[in-house]
Amino acid sequence: MNNKTLIAAIAAILCVLPFVGLDNYHLHLIIMILIWSFVYTAWSIMGRFGLVSLGHGAFMAIGGYVTALLWNELGLSPWVSIPVAMIGAAGLAVLIGYPCFRFRITGHYFALVTLALAEVVRQVIVATRDTTGGSLGYTPESHGEGWSVYAFQSDDRITFYFVALVVWLMGIVIWRTVDQSMSYYALEAISEDEDASAAVGVQVTKEKLKVTILSAMMTAFAGALYCQYQMFISPSTIGGIGLSLQIVFGVVVGGIYSALGPTIGAVITLMLAEVLRIWMGAGVVCMTERVCLNLAGVPLLVYGIMLVLFIIFLPKGIVGACTDQWREMKSNRKASV
Amino acid sequence: MLNVQNVSAGYGKFQALFDVSLDVGAGEAVAVIGPNGAGKSTLMRVISGMIPAMAGQIEMEHKSILDAPAHKIVGMGIAHVPENRRLFPRMTVEDNLRMGCFMPQFRERFEERRSFVYDLFPRMKERRDQIAGTMSGGEQQMCAIGRALMSDPKILLMDEPSAGLAPVVVHQVFDLIEKIRSEGLTVLIVEQNVRQVLRVVDRAYILESGKLHSEGTSDELLQSKEIQKSFMGV
Amino acid sequence: MMAEFMDGLFSIFFVETLINALLLGGVFALLSLGLNLIFGVIDVVWICYAEIIMLGMYAIFFLHAEGGMPIILAACCGIGVTALIGWLTHRFVIGYLLQAEPINQLLATGGLLFFFQGAAMVVFGIEFRNVGVSLGSLSVTEDIYLSWTRLLSFVLATLTVVVLYLFLSRSYLGAAIRAISQDREIMILMGVDTKKLYLLTSAIGGGLAGLAAALLVLQYDVHPFIGLSFGPITFMICVMGGLGNMVGGFLAAFVFSLLITVGGYFAELEWGYVMAFTFFIAAMFARPKGLFARNS
Repeated sequence: MNNKTLIAAIAAILCVLPFVGLDNYHLHLIIMILIWSFVYTAWSIMGRFGLVSLGHGAFMAIGGYVTALLWNELGLSPWVSIPVAMIGAAGLAVLIGYPCFRFRITGHYFALVTLALAEVVRQVIVATRDTTGGSLGYTPESHGEGWSVYAFQSDDRITFYFVALVVWLMGIVIWRTVDQSMSYYALEAISEDEDASAAVGVQVTKEKLKVTILSAMMTAFAGALYCQYQMFISPSTIGGIGLSLQIVFGVVVGGIYSALGPTIGAVITLMLAEVLRIWMGAGVVCMTERVCLNLAGVPLLVYGIMLVLFIIFLPKGIVGACTDQWREMKSNRKASV
Repeated sequence: MLNVQNVSAGYGKFQALFDVSLDVGAGEAVAVIGPNGAGKSTLMRVISGMIPAMAGQIEMEHKSILDAPAHKIVGMGIAHVPENRRLFPRMTVEDNLRMGCFMPQFRERFEERRSFVYDLFPRMKERRDQIAGTMSGGEQQMCAIGRALMSDPKILLMDEPSAGLAPVVVHQVFDLIEKIRSEGLTVLIVEQNVRQVLRVVDRAYILESGKLHSEGTSDELLQSKEIQKSFMGV
Repeated sequence: MMAEFMDGLFSIFFVETLINALLLGGVFALLSLGLNLIFGVIDVVWICYAEIIMLGMYAIFFLHAEGGMPIILAACCGIGVTALIGWLTHRFVIGYLLQAEPINQLLATGGLLFFFQGAAMVVFGIEFRNVGVSLGSLSVTEDIYLSWTRLLSFVLATLTVVVLYLFLSRSYLGAAIRAISQDREIMILMGVDTKKLYLLTSAIGGGLAGLAAALLVLQYDVHPFIGLSFGPITFMICVMGGLGNMVGGFLAAFVFSLLITVGGYFAELEWGYVMAFTFFIAAMFARPKGLFARNS
């Protein structure tokens, strides 16, 4: 089946789903999956070319906080503040990215610099606790009942459902556009051998910056969307090393080299978390009088083991491994013919 | 002493040696010569355990090498001076020599062996605290040979000792090898510089494209018209 | 505002702050020592290093507070526990990824980060635990109070660096550990079992985490996510000091602690961290291989 038709099919099913009688809980789940898929997809636009960032939490935080702060403090509509936040994220991406790429900071050094960036943003949020609420989080003011286009808020899940759906689709489209652009070839070459690419005239810094800015802006948008939906953000849900690793985990599991890979990763990780949460319960189970187990930690534990196993055995993720298998079968079939 | 029988080896899917056999008797100096890419270095690496053999057998004093874990091979008396010297660049000369004595069985003789090496290479003694990576190519070669000698080996494997060195220095290196030989050491040398190596060894094998082409004494080979044409540009 | 700043600069509290910065540097130096060793020898980033320290803190807490073991013995056992965890980490995770991309190695240890946090949460719960041992403060003058724990950390850190230095430069194993980071392939020709050496290094690195845990547990409460507060700093100290450069890491620890403490003196504590991290980013641009790295 063609990739495009697959995506169209999924989209069609998703359009119909809310009317088939899904309750709020399931709608919420799917909305979360859609938003996080978008984040993972945004990340993998950079990640697939070896630009592994551990700092995307920073961009999400900027998206969420700028939007919420401008709304609460200045009454500015998200329609204005979201672009502002996106431009801010882009600016930060350039500020960090340009020197990194210029000075050939790559690989795990680049990852650590982006980690430092995420930490800076997180610490700034906590330091300005009088305005931002610090570690306790921040709530954008509700405009009232019902939905409001101006405030970009809605009581009704179904509205957000379709917004998330459209955003998710846009993410896939953007991913594919980058995949099929000249930049793809440039960035592939760069990830193989930077010096050689520069020698044949590829503008290494420019190409890397382009894709970084795109990724940052998309992630900031997701942060704002998340904030408007949940009506709450905090430095831990939206920033920090845990979040960054979560993104990478999702993409690694799903597969970094295909458009739907990050989405599948989001589906798996979020469903896994839900299943474990329901199955284990969030509570404490006591086996003897003194030995008690807090089952809320089980999802983390399982995530951890999965990530390790995936990196060792399936570094290309599920989709990648399947594609490899499929390609091998195809070439074997050709050989026997 | 050293017995290589029908050894095949390679790197992953690429096979570099096909069914190679050779012998080195105690006290002998033997060379393996051949053009670039013939598999000479691969041969050295299989003997010293750096890469595994795909097939065949290697025996040192009638004991199989291939059964032993690779890092124990130097303990059996086989010391390898790798291609391109491969000193530890940020360690001093003396630390490099110390590494040659790493195995517990060698450690107690460290001072004794160090004196031996310094007597052989007085220049190394002068530079004992110098960082190895800052020395010239010839000095590094001396240090590398010295490091291999620290374990008082029964046989010394030398991989292209002349590589990357100026002609004058190459001459010095081979003088040194002659000197080592005169101490009674058994030597197996792999070389591209045919003229130089044939003057210090008794016999040589010719390796081409991973296969043993022929063998003979140094005199025979030096006089052979074919050798002169292929390797010495006559 | 300038007058206030100058006042602040010359007050006795600033002196106290500077001394505390020095002592905090000792704590940081201890934290990053093990990571630096592993970084420098095996060339892998253990992003879960802070979590190993966390597990060490839990071990010491349970042995002492719940098990009644004397604190020093508990600390020694804690070091043993973390050394074992270090050994296991290499044996079952890193060991399989030695040929993989560095970023994959980093991500695998990221998986371990989740695993350790999750395991700690499941087994120990999320309450904050305090080992309840306080060493009190040393009164240097009437106004200046220095925490004994910080003094102890400083002394211990310096001692550990010296011991480590002697081990690396004087012993055969130490020489081998230095050598393997310079040329792994030929170690076999020296008779060195590279696998065993890496395992030993990992165990030492883990053990050093236990040492850090012993000191941290005296000052801070332990909970499963405590690693998140000092993890990032620890990596940055190592990178800024230059991978595998023990002395560089030591110095970088003090640079960091100075920035954090001074920043925290003039404004909120978090601004100190902002200064430190921003400095790190700037330092990376100026000298990508670390401030004190050798030019290679």
